[in-house]
Amino acid sequence: MTNLIDLTAAAAAEHVRAGEIDPAELFDAYRSRAAADDLNAFTWVAEGAPEAGPGREAPLGGVPLAVKDLFCTEGVPSQAGSRILEGYRPPYTATVVAKLAEAGAPLLGKTNQDEFAMGSSNENSGFGPVLNPWDISRVPGGSSGGSAAAVAAGIAPWAIGTDTGGSIRQPAALCGIVGLKPTYGACSRYGMIAFASSLDQAGPLTRDVTDAALLLAHMVGRDRRDSTSLEFPGEIELPRAEDLAGIRLGVPEELTGEGIEPGVLESFNATLKLAESLGATIESCRLPHAPHALAAYYLIAPAEASSNLARFDGVRYGLRVDADDLTEMYSRTRAAGFGPEVKRRIMLGTYALSSGYYDAYYGTAQKVRTLISEDFSTAFERFDFIVTPTSPWTAFELGAKTADPYAMYLNDFCTVPMPLAGIPAMSLPSGLSDGLPVGFQLAGPAFSENRMLDAAFALEQAIGFDGSSARVKS
Amino acid sequence: MTDWEPVIGLEIHVQLATRTKMFCGCVLSFGDPPNVHTCPVCLGLPGALPVLNARAVRHGILIGLALESEIAERSLFHRKNYFYPDLPKGYQISQYDVPLCLGGTLEGVRIHRVHLEEDAAKLVHVGESGRIHGSDRSVVDFNRGGTPLVEIVTEPDFRSAEQTHDWLSLLRTTLKQLGVSDAKMEEGSLRCDANVSVRPAGASELGTKTELKNMNSFRFVERGIRAEIERQIALREAGKEIEQETLHFDPVSGRLTPLRSKEEAHDYRYFPEPDLVPVVVDAEMREAVRAELPELPAARALRFEREFGLHAERARELAFRAELAAYFEGALESASADSLAASIANWIPQLVERIGSDADPAQSKVTPVALATLVAMVEAKEVGREAARDVLTRLVAEGGDPRAIVEAEGLGAMRADDSGVAELVDRAIAENPDAVEQVRAGNAKAAGPLVGYVMRESKGRADGGEVRELIRARLSDGSA
Amino acid sequence: MIDRDQVLHVASLARLALSDEEIDTMASELSDVLDHMDKIRELDLDGVKPTTHVVDLVNALRPDEPEPSLPVEVILAAAPEPVDGGFGVPSPVAQ
Ligand SMILES: [Mg+2]
Ligand SMILES: [Zn+2]
Repeated sequence: MTNLIDLTAAAAAEHVRAGEIDPAELFDAYRSRAAADDLNAFTWVAEGAPEAGPGREAPLGGVPLAVKDLFCTEGVPSQAGSRILEGYRPPYTATVVAKLAEAGAPLLGKTNQDEFAMGSSNENSGFGPVLNPWDISRVPGGSSGGSAAAVAAGIAPWAIGTDTGGSIRQPAALCGIVGLKPTYGACSRYGMIAFASSLDQAGPLTRDVTDAALLLAHMVGRDRRDSTSLEFPGEIELPRAEDLAGIRLGVPEELTGEGIEPGVLESFNATLKLAESLGATIESCRLPHAPHALAAYYLIAPAEASSNLARFDGVRYGLRVDADDLTEMYSRTRAAGFGPEVKRRIMLGTYALSSGYYDAYYGTAQKVRTLISEDFSTAFERFDFIVTPTSPWTAFELGAKTADPYAMYLNDFCTVPMPLAGIPAMSLPSGLSDGLPVGFQLAGPAFSENRMLDAAFALEQAIGFDGSSARVKS
Repeated sequence: MTDWEPVIGLEIHVQLATRTKMFCGCVLSFGDPPNVHTCPVCLGLPGALPVLNARAVRHGILIGLALESEIAERSLFHRKNYFYPDLPKGYQISQYDVPLCLGGTLEGVRIHRVHLEEDAAKLVHVGESGRIHGSDRSVVDFNRGGTPLVEIVTEPDFRSAEQTHDWLSLLRTTLKQLGVSDAKMEEGSLRCDANVSVRPAGASELGTKTELKNMNSFRFVERGIRAEIERQIALREAGKEIEQETLHFDPVSGRLTPLRSKEEAHDYRYFPEPDLVPVVVDAEMREAVRAELPELPAARALRFEREFGLHAERARELAFRAELAAYFEGALESASADSLAASIANWIPQLVERIGSDADPAQSKVTPVALATLVAMVEAKEVGREAARDVLTRLVAEGGDPRAIVEAEGLGAMRADDSGVAELVDRAIAENPDAVEQVRAGNAKAAGPLVGYVMRESKGRADGGEVRELIRARLSDGSA
Repeated sequence: MIDRDQVLHVASLARLALSDEEIDTMASELSDVLDHMDKIRELDLDGVKPTTHVVDLVNALRPDEPEPSLPVEVILAAAPEPVDGGFGVPSPVAQ
């Protein structure tokens, strides 16, 4: 093989299965790149490939996998990007990570992230920000920024992350790779450290659409340990479509209007033209309540988080700042262990649930959530997919938005409506704006992943995006 | 001076007799070493998720049906958020505004609701541990954490402490018969809190209520509630206000002391548990469980009346306490004839009186066979009632066979034709001249001392009725 | 608008010790964020059902069958204060 790193994960897997690549050699190639990582994308890197593995015939061919720190991995640090879990090694492994290892994707390392997945820039990590391989003065997006940067930089062949309000799609967009958030319930949440339980979903971050399909195919499925997981109807297949004949794309006015950076809008519109030339019909449509999704999201997610993060109390694991008084011990431990954004969201969520405010905030947000789902169902009567820019802007400078929490929250403007409705959505690179990647987002009805991957594949071929310039040379 | 009417409602927590915990596969245990039955779920490890135990739901439905509750077609779990070391997730998963069962009634007491929830872990105070000097420590054991609970809330329908005691033992009997819990207050598998208030008799609005906790036996429930009623009445008579608070009952001192609250702010921030999906009980599922309902105490009491001709009161007294009913039916098995049933039923309270009112006769030295034999001997007049009572006392102390005791002690009945009886009657007449006087004067009651004398002297072997008859006969004819 | 007292109340519910300046920043940041949130309170939501779950799954039950628990030494490995096979904490009841 000329250069292992230039191969997509799917291609590498094929070569391994065909006996043309030694999986150990492949693992070491990536292991050494990951170990030399100077983007701060990894928080832990494996010493080597696990002795026991499914063997080279396995569908994923031993192609190593970067896993977001939010996933529990037995005996391996799983810190959710938080100091409160510094050095914590769980006694069990998350279902999706176990399934992927089973299918032949051994653990390469754990990737950096915004603390407890709360952030859109990776600047909220307890272990320092991740740098964007396209421009190291800029953020990679978040919260799965480590996974996105690692794949874009070619220091991981592929990765998994989690998406609650855009945490897979937005960093994928800012790093010029593919990111997919599956239908809620398609992938088990067991062993995924919870941020907002009714929204969290695991998904792939990959170099191209085919890699995403291949990885996703081995992530989905009902898990008896997750009451909210479902059997995926049928199999995830590798995409084949060459055009978009008969595909109806809806462009929601509410998510493509003002607030979107000109360069991003330009790339978005160019992609629409391309889609049309591939046989798709493009029409603008309405998602009347989409503009309220951000508010609903920033009430529901913090509310659930305030409860999910109550277990970090210094009693059974993690950081403890001791005191003679129990309440003191709790308050000091949590004050010392959580970063500013996590504290802000715990406060916001606790407030939104507290007596006298529940109906005004959490209750209201849940009703808005219903209206947003209805907007989508109505739209999907006329359209196969709703398309928007993934992020209103390209990768921004480190520190540019840290001063103003709400400005940071606006990153998620186009990505929060889908998880609120539980529907799948993905981002694929649509080109560059001032040398920085732009993401194009497709959203479809529940369990439309196969059709969505097909459409994305057709677009990808037509766009011909080349991300190789971001790859770390070595 | 007003009369005060106590108004009492109960909140009962019942540990369900499942094999595993509510939301994980850890087995339930009692008295094992700390933390040997724990896993990522019941320890609240990061990333762990709850999955509901099907049998816990089935037990909940069974209890609801036994209490004539309405089984909700769709019920939800919520999170009750507060910090405490015995609560690993920082919230308790419990049913809130849509419980599994609504309404219902048991023996005239209305049920408000019955819902499912998870138990907290055990927190043991260890005093000053070596690790952190000068600091008072406790240790958490998560074996109990996550045990399936059913919480039964009654309406404030009780009017006395005694009533709550009797009703609770009926509830325990019901739960045992359903096979959903071993319902042992002493082991904490049945726990009872009480809301107590008093109001002027006849008043319709309720007074300020206090909540009583930690009454971990049937007696303590009764004593605790009685003490609180007295305390409140005293305050009201002194013109003082009742303060709404939670009180802790100390069985040793019998005193009630205010509890420090878990979450001073008392804002539990309930919201629907996103990790669990709704529980839907359709008619088919409900009726399948209904088909498994065993005979319940009320039905059992009716059967005792119908089949054995017991008086209603006695039938309920036995049927409403599982252990008494079981003992009664056990004795019947070994009894020569069902005709003895009523007599056996009448002797059981005497046995209970001797072994302690909350004790289980099956645990006593008196086997059902022994009681049945003794009752048979009494009915056959082979032993006098007086003597039989002493024999029962002996059986309680030492156990054994009543027939053997009667023979060894020569307690066999003396019949009227027994010369010994005539002899004793003569002595009674000789030694109680004044009594004799009065009887002759027509005062039949005055025969009492004479009869008493004979019974005493015969160690109760003579038959009181026969003796009375003999004396009447002797004193009415002219002789002596 | 959230004032210092509300911040302190919420922080005590959430068991978060906040420094004096943290209280002030928190008060202004939360107020600012909630201003934006308040827009949804103007929507007409009469008769709209709240969404608690996006998947319409019910009765995800497990059979009442035991599964292996974790060894005590494993669960205590991460404990800040292991004491006699349990987890040590400051006593909740002030002595
Ligand atoms: Mg309760
Ligand atoms: Zn467990």
